[in-house]
Amino acid sequence: MTALLETQALEARYGDFQALFGIDLALQDGETVAIIGANGAGKSTLLRTICGLNAAAPEAVRHRGQAIGGAAPEAIVARGIALVPEGRRLFLSLTVEENLLMGAYAKRPGPWTLQRVYRLFPVLEERRRVSGIQLSGGQQQMVAIGRALMANPEILLCDELSLGLAPIIIRDVYAALPAIKAEGTAVVVVEQDINQALAVAGRVYCLMAGRVTLQGRPEELDRERIRAAYFGV
Amino acid sequence: MTGAIDTILQGTLLGGLYALFAAGLSLIFGVMRLVNIAHGDLIVLAAYTAFLAVQLTGIDPLSSLIIVVPVMFVIGYALQRGLLNATLGRGILPPLLVTFGLSIIIQNALLQGFSADSRKLLLGPFETASIPLGPDLAIGWFPLLIFATAVVVIAALQALLHRTRIGRAFRAVSDDPETARLYGVDHRHLFAMAMGVALAVVSFAGVFLAIRTNFDPAIGPARLLFAFEAVIIGGLGSLWGTLAGGVILGIAQTVGAKIDPAWQLLAGHIAFLLVLIFRPRGLFPRAVD
Amino acid sequence: MTYRIERATRASRIGLWLLLPILGALLSLPYWTGSADMRLVVEMAYFLALAQMWNLLAGYAGLVSVGQQAYIGLGGYALFALTILAGVPPLAALPLAGLAAALIALPTAFVVFRLRGAYFAIGTWVVAEVFRLVLAQVTALGGGTGMSLPIGIVRAVAESRDGRELVIYYTGIAIAIGAVALVFLLLRSRHGLALTAIRDAEGAAESLGVDNFRTKLWVYLVAAFGGGMIGALIFLQKIRISPDAAFSVGDWTANVIFIVVIGGIGRIEGPIVGTLVFFALRSLLADFGAWYMIILGAVAVVVMLKAPQGLWGLVAERFDLDFFPVRRRVRRLPEA
Repeated sequence: MTALLETQALEARYGDFQALFGIDLALQDGETVAIIGANGAGKSTLLRTICGLNAAAPEAVRHRGQAIGGAAPEAIVARGIALVPEGRRLFLSLTVEENLLMGAYAKRPGPWTLQRVYRLFPVLEERRRVSGIQLSGGQQQMVAIGRALMANPEILLCDELSLGLAPIIIRDVYAALPAIKAEGTAVVVVEQDINQALAVAGRVYCLMAGRVTLQGRPEELDRERIRAAYFGV
Repeated sequence: MTGAIDTILQGTLLGGLYALFAAGLSLIFGVMRLVNIAHGDLIVLAAYTAFLAVQLTGIDPLSSLIIVVPVMFVIGYALQRGLLNATLGRGILPPLLVTFGLSIIIQNALLQGFSADSRKLLLGPFETASIPLGPDLAIGWFPLLIFATAVVVIAALQALLHRTRIGRAFRAVSDDPETARLYGVDHRHLFAMAMGVALAVVSFAGVFLAIRTNFDPAIGPARLLFAFEAVIIGGLGSLWGTLAGGVILGIAQTVGAKIDPAWQLLAGHIAFLLVLIFRPRGLFPRAVD
Repeated sequence: MTYRIERATRASRIGLWLLLPILGALLSLPYWTGSADMRLVVEMAYFLALAQMWNLLAGYAGLVSVGQQAYIGLGGYALFALTILAGVPPLAALPLAGLAAALIALPTAFVVFRLRGAYFAIGTWVVAEVFRLVLAQVTALGGGTGMSLPIGIVRAVAESRDGRELVIYYTGIAIAIGAVALVFLLLRSRHGLALTAIRDAEGAAESLGVDNFRTKLWVYLVAAFGGGMIGALIFLQKIRISPDAAFSVGDWTANVIFIVVIGGIGRIEGPIVGTLVFFALRSLLADFGAWYMIILGAVAVVVMLKAPQGLWGLVAERFDLDFFPVRRRVRRLPEA
């Protein structure tokens, strides 16, 4: 069976610094996968490379069997792979609604519209004319998720949704995941927060220093092994 | 008293022309943080394109815009796509020095093609026709047309930026080009479109300039300075501010000229320097930077 | 492991020996060639000196000015004012003209330093225009049409025409060598380290306590001094001055920028190589009118995009040459 998204021996580097070493990863239709790892393990680099922001060998990333490694980000989002970037990266001089509309720039057809996003995050409809900088961290994260959904992705990549948010807010943000998965969207969440990741994911990969150190279903993995794979102790 | 009103009025109308010089410069700085030193020479290039169109087809100067606007749009798109995109994201030197080189190339190419002779486009009686407002007060139809065009062009740019899909993308790219790419914005194409639009605006500036005064291949840099001053006086990133900046510059120059004709340019530059000293962010800075 | 920090390179030692015959040829030139060649060498000398000043500003301090003609023009006019109105002997007026330019540059800096990057560039141009327009109003210095140096002052340089050419020739050589030496020594000083830090990462340098503003101000004043002195020499040679010639952006900025960009920005050798290429191109393309500037501009654009390190940068990287070592190199010594 061809995987929805697959990386094979994926490498990435920033100048002389190699950030990823031979990452093999697979994602099936409708699946939710978590990638955990400490700061600097290469998680964000992995997502950026899949999205085309970092160079990669063509064969190292496959989408439905087609080599897409190193393709332009514009081409990758058009294929239905959308990223919620680390730090949210809203367009700060645009309003909430304009940010969401930017997500739909590639005009990919699908279930997500402004109305659907507003139903998912009602607070955004109230604040639709407000500019991004006037939002709370949680609301910004909702805009970032909504913007990526507007691209109607079949694969949603989420980079550190919980970063800098209070636990109660994190719960609100993650509460959106079931509705997203209900559309058949496959989800990859990158997290430093292990518990959060284990709670939502069907499978987990652990990264350390640019390599996959552990993978499996959450129920198969005990705390000791995760700690060893995460911290290298 | 009428003298003072007349001076302010003429200065304001002149400011419309300066706003047209400046609007394109302001737009491309806003979208891609590019300061185009060849901007003034591109205004002159538009003037010569109009001159050529009038010579070859015999249409009147204002109608030549039908030809000049698309030609300049294509030149802008090609210039950005073929040359200027390569200068971006590599620090301040490449864009600055490449556009400086481009300025010298355009000036000398025009010199080679059209000689150093002064040219002018003739519009006929409309050029000097005016509306009397009082015993010593009158508004020229042509300066009024320039000013009205400036207002319409800036309103149109504002609508483009805030009401259209491509305008939204312009602003998004200006905020964060990398994230814009993630949602399908091809920044190279978009930057080229922005330069195309900027040079379409420059076409109006060039045609009006060519009707209003004599022009020759060497007058571009002075126009760049006027445009630059209008942008800085108005405040970076604000198109209506640019119009206000143009008007202030126009009034300063007209007042200077009233005192002594040799003071016209100097008064404009001094107004600019005063704004720089006392309000370095300009008079109407954009809230978000 | 032990390391030694050193600055001299093999090329710099060879360069020192190479310098002697070149210097000998330059110093003896008046005795084996005519005045046309001498004038050409003087012109090369002042373009080299101007290029060094601009390279110091743009290549090292990140101050990309397109308004250095301001100080060249001011220097030229200071020469005329000092000699005609104040009776200063022409040669003594050269350094004084430099000082005058630096003095005016001080308040100017506080205005133009409010602009960053490309805006600084155009701001400096506006300032140069202001100086041009103001001097066009000074009737004592010829107003808009300009004036010539009175014959008495020209004679004060030297009685005979040949004598004057000789004096100007050696002054030109001295100023060019002085400009190279000044930049070299400045870069080797503490300021030089600060400059390199600013050029490479402005924010980081500031957080480490490098005082950007003071260092940049210093460089700006030095460049104004240099520009003023060179400007005074240029118009002592030309004898005639006018606002348009003194503050010409084409002559004093476009040419100088092309020299530095083509030769290699941010390297002392760059302006030297650039000056040689510039004059070679000029003599090759002398009959082509405006095409000359079109080609020069196109070459500069291509170099900026394809080889931003310039012609000298290409050579230096290929062969690891560094005739003017201002960087400190860390070399590992064999274990004792």
